[in-house]
Amino acid sequence: MAASPEGVREIWPREITSETDTREQLRLEAAHRRRRGYDDLFIVDLDAHHFETESWNDLVEFIEDPILRHTALSYKRRPDSRLPPVLLHTNGGQFSQSAAGRIPHSSLSPGEAVDDPTVHRDVVPLRRSMDAMGIARMVIFPNALLQLGTHPDPNVEVNLAFAYMRLLTERILPGDPRLKTMAFLPFCDPTACERMVQTYADHPDVIGFMITSVRKHPVHHNAYMRLYGMLQEIGKPLAFHAGIDTQSGMMLQLDRFVSMHAVSFALSNMIHMTNWVMHGMGERFPRLNLVWIEAGLAYLPFLMQRLDNEYLMRQSEAPLLKRLPSSYIRDMYHCAQPMERTNMKLLEATFEAIDGENKVLFSSDWPHWDFDAPSVIMDLPFLSEQGKRNILGETARRLFRL
Amino acid sequence: MEVFVAALADLADRERRVIEVHGVEIGVFRLGDTVVAYRNRCPHQGGPVCQGRLMPKVEEPLAADGSALGLRFSEDVVHLVCPWHGYEFVLSSGEHPGAPDLRLRRYRTELRDGQVYVHV
Ligand code: FES
Repeated sequence: MAASPEGVREIWPREITSETDTREQLRLEAAHRRRRGYDDLFIVDLDAHHFETESWNDLVEFIEDPILRHTALSYKRRPDSRLPPVLLHTNGGQFSQSAAGRIPHSSLSPGEAVDDPTVHRDVVPLRRSMDAMGIARMVIFPNALLQLGTHPDPNVEVNLAFAYMRLLTERILPGDPRLKTMAFLPFCDPTACERMVQTYADHPDVIGFMITSVRKHPVHHNAYMRLYGMLQEIGKPLAFHAGIDTQSGMMLQLDRFVSMHAVSFALSNMIHMTNWVMHGMGERFPRLNLVWIEAGLAYLPFLMQRLDNEYLMRQSEAPLLKRLPSSYIRDMYHCAQPMERTNMKLLEATFEAIDGENKVLFSSDWPHWDFDAPSVIMDLPFLSEQGKRNILGETARRLFRL
Repeated sequence: MEVFVAALADLADRERRVIEVHGVEIGVFRLGDTVVAYRNRCPHQGGPVCQGRLMPKVEEPLAADGSALGLRFSEDVVHLVCPWHGYEFVLSSGEHPGAPDLRLRRYRTELRDGQVYVHV
């Protein structure tokens, strides 16, 4: 542009790409927060991601099993490789998170330049996203590893879960005190889950434990009772992280990413929520707090009504319940993202049904394609001021003792 | 207020400038022999829509009996894709193709003596 008149300037970059600095990608969110006067908020983001496959070479060094470690090392990733690393179990056919490059921050191979050699590479973009969104604590999870729940070899999930936790707690979380995680439970193996709890129960950066929802293991199986008892005892919440399922049963009919994603994330959490409620887990472990991640909120009023309606006709099949199923779901905590808000009346009714001002938690899911910035909560017209503060951080501060 | 953006000759077809005018960000795009301008604020979550990719519209032609003939790129309709979550807007009109009520805030542009101006 030629010499600009006063008050006029050109904005760069003209086009945002997967190489663009996170601060530039989220620049307008920072401006929005300042304009709204929310700079003083204590914002907790309960679900963000880093690209652990970019650190694959670091991760495989931590694999305990010598045979699996050898297998992983023998395919050690070249720095320029774009192939999924061996041992992973990523969904074939549909993995276009970035909508074929339309949403650059969701690219699986971000090329953003990092400028701080004193910390692990992944810390830098995470730090930039926290600064831009005004986040005081950010819980981070992996990407591709979230699909290990259907790996045919349980040993792989167990070994990668422990290796990943070492990468996180030894290399990444120490890079910024705002970063936290919920430990990855290798749910295919109850004994390994118990070992995970024992290992990280007292770790200050591990604020809870997480099960990836896409799997075939029913949560009410007796093999898990000791695990839930341990979690209840240590007082750290248990989270279910919804996910992509392109391969099981009827899901195979959904041939567009948008269709599969819309159904799969809600369904994967609904299955576990239904089993948890109908098998009376809320009565068995009343002090264990449950958090549901990344399935949005719209599925909740559906499931609450559906379960209540059918339970009243078939109480004999769920004899442990002392209240309506919906009442147990109201006891739980729900991360809002991706918060469906094309119909504000339905969203308001949903918040009412789940006691949203006290039970909804903010999560961004950054840098995924359907992320929510904190402003989506700030701008909700039906929430009280205290409700917004609760959702954005105060409820999480109490629940996770932050 | 009229603001000079660029000489038309300095903008290739489908090239853009994103400018800030007294705190308001505006994307100005050349589209063939015309120029369009929109506010750099997406109606979805406020993302920097004018800094998104330009992509041909994707179409799905049908046979006479209703059978789908597969997806293809349009040869003339260009979409501006918001980089935050992928909302697409027809570049010439600023409308979301599946929800025309969702539209970008448009600014008047003017071509004078080979120069591009936007009215803010
Ligand atoms: S802000 Fe533009 S698509 Fe969400």
